[in-house]
Amino acid sequence: MRPVPEPLLTVEHLTMRFGGLLAVHDLSFTAARGEITALIGPNGAGKTTVFNCVTGFYKPTEGRIALVHGAAALWAELDALTRRGARHLHRHDGTLFLLERMPDYLVAQRGRIARTFQNIRLFAGMTVLENLLVAQHNPLMVASGFTLFGVLGIGGYPSSERAAIDKARHWLEVTGLTARADDPAGELPYGAQRRLEIARAMCTDPVLLCLDEPAAGLNPRESAELNALIQKIRGEHATSVLLIEHDMSVVMEISDHVIVLDYGVKIADGTPDEIRNDAKVIAAYLGVADEEVEAVEAEVGL
Amino acid sequence: MQAPTPARDAHIDFADAAKDACVTAVLCFFLLLPLIGFKTYQNIHNEVALETRWPLLFAFVAIVAIGRLLVTLAIAFWRRHRVRRAGAPIALDPTTASRLANTLRWALPLAAGLMLFYGQLFVDADRRLGFDFGAIIAVLAVWRFFLRFAPAHRAEVTKTFKRWFPPFAIGFVLVYPALVLSITGYGGAVKWIDNFGIQILIYVMLGFGLNIVVGLAGLLDLGYVAFYAVGAYSYALLAKEFGFSFFMLLPLAGCLAAFWGILLGFPVLRLRGDYLAIVTLAFGEIIRLVLINWVDLTNGYAGITGIPRPTFFGIPFNADDNGFAATFGLEVRPIYRTIFLYYVILALALLTAFVTVRLRRLPIGRAWEALREDEIACRSLGINTTNTKLTAFAMGAMFGGFAGSFFAARQGFISPESFTFLESATILAIVVLGGMGSQIGVAIAAVVMIGGTEILRELDFLKDIFGPDFDPTQYRMLLFGFAMVAIMVWRPRGLIATRAPSLFLKQRKAISGSLVKEGHG
Repeated sequence: MRPVPEPLLTVEHLTMRFGGLLAVHDLSFTAARGEITALIGPNGAGKTTVFNCVTGFYKPTEGRIALVHGAAALWAELDALTRRGARHLHRHDGTLFLLERMPDYLVAQRGRIARTFQNIRLFAGMTVLENLLVAQHNPLMVASGFTLFGVLGIGGYPSSERAAIDKARHWLEVTGLTARADDPAGELPYGAQRRLEIARAMCTDPVLLCLDEPAAGLNPRESAELNALIQKIRGEHATSVLLIEHDMSVVMEISDHVIVLDYGVKIADGTPDEIRNDAKVIAAYLGVADEEVEAVEAEVGL
Repeated sequence: MQAPTPARDAHIDFADAAKDACVTAVLCFFLLLPLIGFKTYQNIHNEVALETRWPLLFAFVAIVAIGRLLVTLAIAFWRRHRVRRAGAPIALDPTTASRLANTLRWALPLAAGLMLFYGQLFVDADRRLGFDFGAIIAVLAVWRFFLRFAPAHRAEVTKTFKRWFPPFAIGFVLVYPALVLSITGYGGAVKWIDNFGIQILIYVMLGFGLNIVVGLAGLLDLGYVAFYAVGAYSYALLAKEFGFSFFMLLPLAGCLAAFWGILLGFPVLRLRGDYLAIVTLAFGEIIRLVLINWVDLTNGYAGITGIPRPTFFGIPFNADDNGFAATFGLEVRPIYRTIFLYYVILALALLTAFVTVRLRRLPIGRAWEALREDEIACRSLGINTTNTKLTAFAMGAMFGGFAGSFFAARQGFISPESFTFLESATILAIVVLGGMGSQIGVAIAAVVMIGGTEILRELDFLKDIFGPDFDPTQYRMLLFGFAMVAIMVWRPRGLIATRAPSLFLKQRKAISGSLVKEGHG
């Protein structure tokens, strides 16, 4: 077994119901700091629902989603905070958040969780550079004195904007989009739009980056580049990654930890190697060669 | 596309055309029956009586049916001509033939319908409700002509135009009063400065204000006139009651309007698209109805008279010894006040434009535009969409309030009549025609729409052509309908259809309007 790493995000007993449909049922998992955690499963397994709960777009029917910035010692306060009914706990050594109590924009702004979308959501009519500056809205708002000083032209807004452009330029270089910086985002080819969405999410300085099927629609070469990009993000920036993906070449190669969902229930949780050989996962999702089907079915009791 | 047989194409189907015309006539009959067939009037006993106007109704039906027949036949003949000229049974060039046919097919009935409908409704209506798009059509025609015959220089000319138009326009409006004075003298200048200059600039300012809400933030607001009314009544009541000066009440009226903007913003935060439009429309009507019915405060329909006029920084414009003329040793003339008001509204409009340009380059402006593009993505980036929408409403309302208090000060009299839905529609039309989000476009659209309406009054020479009873102002709605159709066909994204990015790394490139979203709520 691998050493137990320090948790960043814990999801406990998460249940999400849409009317009579049970999309996620009693799901618990942990995403560790500095790791790439993958969430896989067949279509309709509830992966995106989990994402929407974590990022605050859905309010879970039941369950607790907690995130810590800073010291791991804060986890000891989790139950006390839950009983107190507050959203977060600030201490000198960090902050503990209860994400299910926070609206979506605060999850991004305070919890510093950034996300991308399965169907790309860029600001199509704005340039690539503008997309990256919109992502830095909150610090720039403070720098512009909540618009008041900015309109009057006093204060240090121009220098903050230059810094924001420098950060945007850094991410344009990392994602290879520098040459397209002044083009509208809607005109980029598909693969570039995927990269831009990741760059935009990274411009918010997240502690956790949630990628919803980043490799969908990419060719093998682009997938390989995406792997390198995600690993670079994890390696060079203090950002952990939570990933939904169907492309096993991406998942198995870069993930440290894989969680498998099927019909809203967790069926496996472990390292890529453990998942690859898990009989339940093979039956539900990964599949096997035709001649092995009977043997596997016998093994899982079908 | 399937190649049509020559027999089918060369043959002109008179029976089909006649059948089509008959169907049109029947539809037209039922449509026009309530509109034209019946007329209510008061008889000598002072009762409402119904009069039927069958000859007029049938005349209209006949015109429409014959028109339809002729159009159908004209298209058929034209097609046959093309087929014969091509000399082979090949498919018609779909890009020209079918496009023209399709356009005519819906544009003509639509124009006829609009014409009849609005003609009926508004022929006798208040003069201020009219619009004139004749000038837009002319400009567009020249522009199309230019595009067709000078494609090589197109980009260059567009660039030069964009570079030089704003400074030229600002320079022109600055010297406009002097120009008018030198041409018409003191007598005629009041009309040109007041009816054209001030009137247009009020609408430019309103257009700029609404542009923030509709053009940038993508929130369709059909009740914008409410904020104009709040500004006007704030100034009128506070100035009459407490005697505060115009320049003191101007910011106050803006703040009050912004407050009402936020108040409207809260309930509509969750609404999108059509629902948002309906609620804002209702809000505009509520404000108007309150102004009508709260007689104690607003004096109802009768309106507020004797609103204090603005002074020249404390010096009143009158014939007294301490009046403007006496102070500066000039002859007493009403034109001084008009010129002063012109520069006040010009300064306000320029201030609005300047603030909007700055806001677009600040994070709040980019957040508004991002909100128009994709609200969910905004939230995923930590943008508080509630606050962002409310600031857009408040900003737009504030400029509306400024314009309203100026309006009250200029008129000296206000009543709820000035704040009807048609006023909102005019302002919205200015924003949409100008090209949503474009300052220059909005200014041009305001000049064309408001200036065009006013210029119709000046076209007396038409009386020589059509007889002494001809009144061109009665045809404003007709022109309005035609121009709307023309704009929707040729420039569905407004006059200025491109978006200028708020900042750039190496090169500023205009963004095609087809990529920019209109917003959805």
